[in-house]
Amino acid sequence: MSEGKREEILSRIREALRVPARRHASGLHSDKGPGPASNKTVREWLPAVPVNAGSRLALFLEKSIELKTDVHVVKRPEALSVLMRLRDNNHWTSVAAHRHPLIDPLVPALGLETVYVEQRPDPESLERCSAGITGCDALIAQTGSILVTSRSAGGRALSVLPPHHVVIATTDQLLPDLPAAFELLYSRYGERYPSFAGFITGPSRTGDIERIIVLGAHGPRALTIILVNP
Amino acid sequence: MLSSFASKFKADATRMTADFDHRTKIRTALNSYQKARDDKQAQYLDWESARNRASEIKWDAINHLDSYLLEFVTKLTARGTKVFWAGNSREACDYIVTLAKERNARTVIKSKSMTTEEIHLNSVLQNIGYEVIESDLGEYIVQLRDEPPYHLVFPAMHLTRQEISELFQEKLHSAPSDNPEDLTMIARRELRLRYLRADIGISGVNFGVAETGMISITENEGNARLTTALPKVHVALMGIEKVVPKLSDLALLLPMLATAGTGQQISCYNSLIGGPAQEDEVDGPEEFHLILLDNHRTLLLADAEQRDALHCIRCGACLNVCPIFRNVGGHTYGTTYQGPIGSVITPHLRGLMDWKHLSEASSLCGACTETCPVKIDLHHHLLQNRRNAVATKPDQSELLAFRLFALLTRYPAIANWLARVSRPFLRFAEVIEPIAPAPLRAWISSRDLPVIARKSFRDYWSAR
Repeated sequence: MSEGKREEILSRIREALRVPARRHASGLHSDKGPGPASNKTVREWLPAVPVNAGSRLALFLEKSIELKTDVHVVKRPEALSVLMRLRDNNHWTSVAAHRHPLIDPLVPALGLETVYVEQRPDPESLERCSAGITGCDALIAQTGSILVTSRSAGGRALSVLPPHHVVIATTDQLLPDLPAAFELLYSRYGERYPSFAGFITGPSRTGDIERIIVLGAHGPRALTIILVNP
Repeated sequence: MLSSFASKFKADATRMTADFDHRTKIRTALNSYQKARDDKQAQYLDWESARNRASEIKWDAINHLDSYLLEFVTKLTARGTKVFWAGNSREACDYIVTLAKERNARTVIKSKSMTTEEIHLNSVLQNIGYEVIESDLGEYIVQLRDEPPYHLVFPAMHLTRQEISELFQEKLHSAPSDNPEDLTMIARRELRLRYLRADIGISGVNFGVAETGMISITENEGNARLTTALPKVHVALMGIEKVVPKLSDLALLLPMLATAGTGQQISCYNSLIGGPAQEDEVDGPEEFHLILLDNHRTLLLADAEQRDALHCIRCGACLNVCPIFRNVGGHTYGTTYQGPIGSVITPHLRGLMDWKHLSEASSLCGACTETCPVKIDLHHHLLQNRRNAVATKPDQSELLAFRLFALLTRYPAIANWLARVSRPFLRFAEVIEPIAPAPLRAWISSRDLPVIARKSFRDYWSAR
């Protein structure tokens, strides 16, 4: 198919931009703007994040409680027992996962039917799984978010289609803030970006009925993070 | 003469303003929004500087739109995205229709997108027999009611849970329930299979990142993630003004959009999509099409004075604080984009003379300008639209009234004499009011005639 009206639209844009617009970011009604963007970084404006690693983890946990994300900070050998408890409490019958060094030792020990996304299952069988277990690229203390990509979290559907999303991560994956998360994307994938990257902040929610928050609108109703402290 | 849009606006506004139930619903919803937003805004170390920076990012993008769009498109195409430039609604719809036919599609699933509302995509597809399903809960509800969205961000905020329950009973034959959680689960179950069966997923775009060739989609429900993950074909429709220069710009814009839009620190899902599934990836669409839409945006771009209206990130904050929106409600506007931003841009997108009445439906209080996260000078743009409308076609009766006013202020003796001779007639005010001629009646129908003192101040002063 064609590119459409590419040249026509571009020339309309160039014609329109021949008259310069005033910059008025600093004082709304002055014609003298602030000049070039100031070189202060966004860190000085966004919500504060403590410097100390322990306080950062505390902030992440605090945000997670607000967001109703279930977080377990554990020593490596305890990860499996947390996962087994989740299996029993939520009556899981099958799980979906992807191949990942943190996940590989855990999933077979659950003794459940397991769907691996590398075998390209059809979405319906993924949908029938009780939980989707994934890794991630990073955790963000400032917002309580998880950064995933199609490479770190088993594609696009695994982290959103099953009703319970379980993330296995290590405490050294915790980043302070959003600017650091974007720096990580640049440095890790700058050469060749995955086709999908996303921030997940709490379980799926909606407020579309009388602004009352309901969890599990279309994505997972529950989000659990097992944070391994190596 | 009022345009037909103007007279409909006036009639609807009059009716809605008198609807106290409606006002209570909107006030309750928006008060809880305002509290959450104030709370999240206060967590910023410096919200004002953040606004300035956000405004500069968008200024840079819009004022170098041609080069950023080219960078954006080059990066996207390099990873297998098909890009189509649509001059207007029809070209955008035609592209999607042709694509749907070529891929033998039957079902289309959509995630929330105001731009697809703008081009009336749903009715175009439905008219030729495609099944189109809105997956955002609010959009799904208004689609079942065959209504346009009430608000840019909260499409169903005008409905109570009882009304939604009745709607679901009628259309989905579900059991009655007043519980928002039950109602949400009814919709979830209903839509689940649709995702799995849909042939094409259509989404909007919140930001287009030029530097890396990615689109960014913000949502809370996960419906956009499913829409862009499961169907074989993903089509994204994006207004040309949505481009931003750098990926790192999102570190500021994503949290600001959420804070201003819904009072969250960041929305639940923020997704970056840079192409169809790549070779080493386990899933994702086989095809990714991006449609860039002009549809009169370049006309607004050519107006250097109001160009910053293209900075809009569609957070809806200006609607939430607007005293007009809170009284007349979203549907009264009769536009795709409601509230102050809609009143500013609709005359550019759909014709000044048909839509100039929207700039008059403003108290010019400036609450919109003050709240806008990208600092669009909204209430001054409303004034400029008024000025431009008058310059295009002056209103003769207004012209006469102002000439008369100028005369009276220039010659106070005439004003004084007029006041003196008209004073005796005021006792007949009650008789005059119902039979007053048109322009006067419009004025006094909603105002009381003031009681004029027996003696004017001028007379009192000279007799002292």
